[in-house]
Amino acid sequence: MAQLTLSGITKSFGTTTVIHGVDLKVEDGEFVVFVGPSGCGKSTLLRIIAGLEEVTSGMIAIDGEDVSRLPASERGLAMVFQSYALYPHMSVYKNMAFALENMGLKTPDIDQRVRRAATMLRLTDYLDRKPKALSGGQRQRVAIGRAIVRDPKIFLFDEPLSNLDAELRVATRKELAGLHAELGGTMIYVTHDQVEAMTLADRIVVLQGGRIEQIGTPLDLYNAPDNLFVAGFIGSPRMNLLPARISGPGTVAVGEDGQVVETGIVAPLKPGATVTLGIRPEHIALAKNGEAGLTMTIDLVERLGGESYLYGSAPGLPQITVRLDGQTSHGRGDSVTIRLPIAHQHVFNEAGKAMGRQ
Amino acid sequence: MSRASQLMLARRKAGRWHWTDIAAYTYLAFGVVLMFGPVAWLVLSSFKTQAGLLEFPPSLLPMSQQEVMVPGNPQPLPLFEVTMEDGSKRVLAQVRRIGIQAQMVDPKDPTQQFRVPIDKRVPVRQFKLATENYTEPLERFAFTRFLSNSVFVTVVATLITLLINSMAAYALSIYEFRGKNTAMLMVIGTLMIPITIILVPVYLVITHLGLVNSLWAVILPGAATPTGVFLLRQYMLTLPRDLIEAARMDKASEWQIYWRIVMPLAMPALAVLAIFSIMWRWNEFLWPLAVLTKTESYTLQIGLNAFQGELQTQWHYLLAMTVVTLLPVALVFVFLQRFITTGIANTGMK
Repeated sequence: MAQLTLSGITKSFGTTTVIHGVDLKVEDGEFVVFVGPSGCGKSTLLRIIAGLEEVTSGMIAIDGEDVSRLPASERGLAMVFQSYALYPHMSVYKNMAFALENMGLKTPDIDQRVRRAATMLRLTDYLDRKPKALSGGQRQRVAIGRAIVRDPKIFLFDEPLSNLDAELRVATRKELAGLHAELGGTMIYVTHDQVEAMTLADRIVVLQGGRIEQIGTPLDLYNAPDNLFVAGFIGSPRMNLLPARISGPGTVAVGEDGQVVETGIVAPLKPGATVTLGIRPEHIALAKNGEAGLTMTIDLVERLGGESYLYGSAPGLPQITVRLDGQTSHGRGDSVTIRLPIAHQHVFNEAGKAMGRQ
Repeated sequence: MSRASQLMLARRKAGRWHWTDIAAYTYLAFGVVLMFGPVAWLVLSSFKTQAGLLEFPPSLLPMSQQEVMVPGNPQPLPLFEVTMEDGSKRVLAQVRRIGIQAQMVDPKDPTQQFRVPIDKRVPVRQFKLATENYTEPLERFAFTRFLSNSVFVTVVATLITLLINSMAAYALSIYEFRGKNTAMLMVIGTLMIPITIILVPVYLVITHLGLVNSLWAVILPGAATPTGVFLLRQYMLTLPRDLIEAARMDKASEWQIYWRIVMPLAMPALAVLAIFSIMWRWNEFLWPLAVLTKTESYTLQIGLNAFQGELQTQWHYLLAMTVVTLLPVALVFVFLQRFITTGIANTGMK
């Protein structure tokens, strides 16, 4: 159990800088997820925290104590690797006991800890097996078990679910959430999958190009993305981002034919300024007869039974996704008018920053 | 059995001989003769008597002339089949040979003596294994001593080689330190230097250490082989980095990572190096010849050399002891060859 503070962390490999000054505070017992596209530096940041990479500059502190120059083995952290990194020549028991032996614990103590973790992870029947005789999910659990037995200050997870098939991934995700509730440890989790991020995290850190784009609870990020990147990254299917121009007080014009849409904000912007109008597929509604809105032509309809997705286009706009509850009778080629409720709109200025609502 | 015959008689199409079948079998048979011919000749000849080896025309099987004790003669006499003047054939023992005449005696009736021209008699031969070729050098000469010296040198040197080389390879592949590449280059550089070039300086070092005529003089100078370091390093580089990092996270010291993670996973490469080292050490000749001058410290190879005198070579002992020398290496191969082929560690990675 510990809190972690990162201040001004940078990391360069030769002349390439991959982390550009990251500041972050992780509270005791918090589950923080680093999310971002591949190459955003999230794994590097995790490895820096672990001590597997040295920082170029900046300070890492665990419980207020500077550990920036400590080797990985002395930081008291545990890590679950993407490849699991189980020792192939050791049994499951030995895999879990290895760290405890290195810590110099007595045999009965080791035995007790390993068996407790094995019970927690339903591995008791497999303790004598070698990793290659286990399924992917079981290996994953052994890797987690190896971290748990250590009773580390902080758990680090490096994309632990990416090698599992879809079904197992969902199941393991739930187990992880349960585990966090049970153990209550500080956990830092790296993933590129925003669903994992949304479901597991207390707080999400969105990274791009070695910089933090936004930190917040999953719903904060969903409801109030700070910038275009976060808006596009969080939420599935992704938010519709429509290029627009301010056309008057409280209105913007979108698309080539300049369809006018009402918005709540515009305050500091002059008419003619370029903005981006964002709205999530689930917040778009079909306009009732005579209601004003944005007209688009449907290109594709996906019917999932409980919900339907319309993919439409309008001149000069990227594809617009609309999520409807239940089932729809609309088909390809239909022209529909959609309503973009002001309460759910996000407006981003030319620099991509979110603008406050009025 | 049926599987073996199936394998031995496999053809391109069942029941028919294609010309490629014949070509393939001819080629393979040629290969077998080329590879095994000398070894088979060596083993068979090692059972020949000294006289049998010098016989012309040579025979493949160890045949020797039958001998018989005849009363009145202290030595056993060789038996010949003699064509008598009347054309009949008799088996007679030769007492002595005088020029082109041989004085023969009937072993059943020693009073009957004959004088026979030597081209009228043919030796009576039988298949006989001259096992004394093996027993005599092992008993009379210090060959068991040579054998134990060789075993000691091979085993100890191989163990030291594996330990030292794997430690160097670990440092050069996994451990991070300044100047790693330079160190690697220097190790590879020494690969280019043959033993003959450093023979004299190393000999001087060994003399100053007072190790001449000690087996350690054979073992120590060659303990760290650049080939072995290179081989192990290349293998260790293929071990997943995650495993090493996982061990680092697990609070393992460098020594524990080396001993408990890297060594078990490098088993296939270690086995290969062990085989090489055993072969090098067992067959090593030049260096032991230089540093071992006393008979009691000879290794097998040097001992074998002793049979080759300036004036006379005791071929029958030489061949027999060569077989003895070959056996352990052959056994090592039989037991360790699967490691060469199994290769890659089970990484446990996805």
